[in-house]
Amino acid sequence: MRRFSWFNVTSLTLGFAFLYLPMVLLVVYSFNESRLVTVWAGFSTKWYGELLRNEEFLDAAWVTLKVAVFSSTIATVLGTMAAYVLVRAGRFRGRTLFSGMIYAPLVMPEVITGLSLLLLFIGIGLDRGVLTIVLAHTTFSMCYVSVVVSSRLTSFDRSLEEAALDLGCSPFEAFRLVTLPIIAPAVISGWLLAFTLSLDDLVIASFTTGPSATTLPIKIFSAVRLGVSPEINALSTLLIGIVTVGVITASIVTKRAAVAQARDEQAAERNE
Amino acid sequence: MRRFALIAIPYFWLLILFLVPFVIVLKISLSDVALARPPYTPQLDLSAGWEGLRAFFSELDFENFVFLTTDDLYWKAYVSSLKIALVSTLLTLLVGYPIAYGMARAPNEWRPTLLMLVILPFWTSFLIRVYSWMGILSNEGTLNTVLLWLGVIDTPLQIMNTNTAVYIGIVYTYLPFMVLPIYSALEKMDESLIEAAEDLGCSKLAAFWLVTWPLSRNGIIAGCFLVFIPAIGEFVIPSLLGGSGTLMIGKVLFEEFFSNRDWPVASAVAVILLLILIIPIILFQRNEQKAREAEG
Repeated sequence: MRRFSWFNVTSLTLGFAFLYLPMVLLVVYSFNESRLVTVWAGFSTKWYGELLRNEEFLDAAWVTLKVAVFSSTIATVLGTMAAYVLVRAGRFRGRTLFSGMIYAPLVMPEVITGLSLLLLFIGIGLDRGVLTIVLAHTTFSMCYVSVVVSSRLTSFDRSLEEAALDLGCSPFEAFRLVTLPIIAPAVISGWLLAFTLSLDDLVIASFTTGPSATTLPIKIFSAVRLGVSPEINALSTLLIGIVTVGVITASIVTKRAAVAQARDEQAAERNE
Repeated sequence: MRRFALIAIPYFWLLILFLVPFVIVLKISLSDVALARPPYTPQLDLSAGWEGLRAFFSELDFENFVFLTTDDLYWKAYVSSLKIALVSTLLTLLVGYPIAYGMARAPNEWRPTLLMLVILPFWTSFLIRVYSWMGILSNEGTLNTVLLWLGVIDTPLQIMNTNTAVYIGIVYTYLPFMVLPIYSALEKMDESLIEAAEDLGCSKLAAFWLVTWPLSRNGIIAGCFLVFIPAIGEFVIPSLLGGSGTLMIGKVLFEEFFSNRDWPVASAVAVILLLILIIPIILFQRNEQKAREAEG
């Protein structure tokens, strides 16, 4: 049985304190009565009230949510297709360019992606707004989805697909009935990743949006440029809370699914 | 037919929304400012046929790139971005390695929880994580209040709006990218190697330096690139935590575009930034390839 050594306990404690203390302070100060963020003047939830009465923030939150839902859904479909093409389609003309275009956006600085997309949208005369942000977010997050899904596709047993084809499935049916259920966890985590990337993005959204659509990060950025504000602390606390609940739920669900799958596989082996 | 559609849809999406925009950036970086609004000169006029094509190419020039070399703001910004990225990568390694080590040597039943604790901040908004440091580092911030109260300092430290704040911001936000690859390298390591080294007379420190460190090298290199590459083009951290003296190329590009509205120069800045990034990206790819071959 392995134990913690004192060195490891110290490094982990310090490390996690560094990671979590700033966020804890943010949450604590969101309940501060005073507008001065660093002077504690008693417990209060008034900043949450002000936040919920602030139309601009609510509008921005709505725009952000719309963009995130649409872009992550389209990105999941396109990214899964791209992953399937990379892993299963074999050779075709322009394959190198294709895989290059999948991996390049992952390392591309956001300022460059944003600038280039803006120049494209202006070039073709597309009005900037929700649509252009969705197009931009879909493009970079489909690459993340495709990386996540393709790692699952390479690791699973291909003979299952072949068996389905031998038993008379069309390639599309084989994908829908065999491949998709197996890669589903990866597809779902790809969607979640795309969704959070879209929620978080400031730079690309700033470049590709117009006056009609302001996302939450753009709103937060312009508010905090001038300094710390208690409304933003309250907003951050809400966002941190949502993410924490979401991630913990997702990890419990996937853990249960993995346990159930392992049990099924064991049962199947016993029956053989 | 289905196979064609399957390939064509994502392919054309990326061609139109990824590759074509770059060609446009390249083209504009070679064009002249025409009141900073489209149409830029030159324009490709296909109706004029061959003549139009020749006129188009003869109008392209490297004027904007020459301009970048004459104004020392730009090369200073590139050099300072590289410096800031390098220093903060090393600092992230310094902070991240002990965490990864502690995780890899923790009892088995603890590891999933520790892993989740490292990944969780990655899911929370980048902007919020950077913002959380503004309240800590400012002159009336938590850090200065605590230090003043403890009597360690008499006057508040000026950390906010300096490069130090940028370093802290980068280390903080990119820490998971450093910890995860090092952790996965350390976790795979066979611990009996350490025991063997110690049996053969190595001190604990020597065993670490001669066995553990070299075996985690691939993780260290991967982690360093994962921090270094995005840090070069960083925009949010220098603009929120940095001061007027903090020069980073991502910020310069953003301001060139939005404040000065000089699109050709912004495009030229982007092209050079990309050229600078290609070298570490290729090195990173090569390292990953080697690591895969060593495993397979």
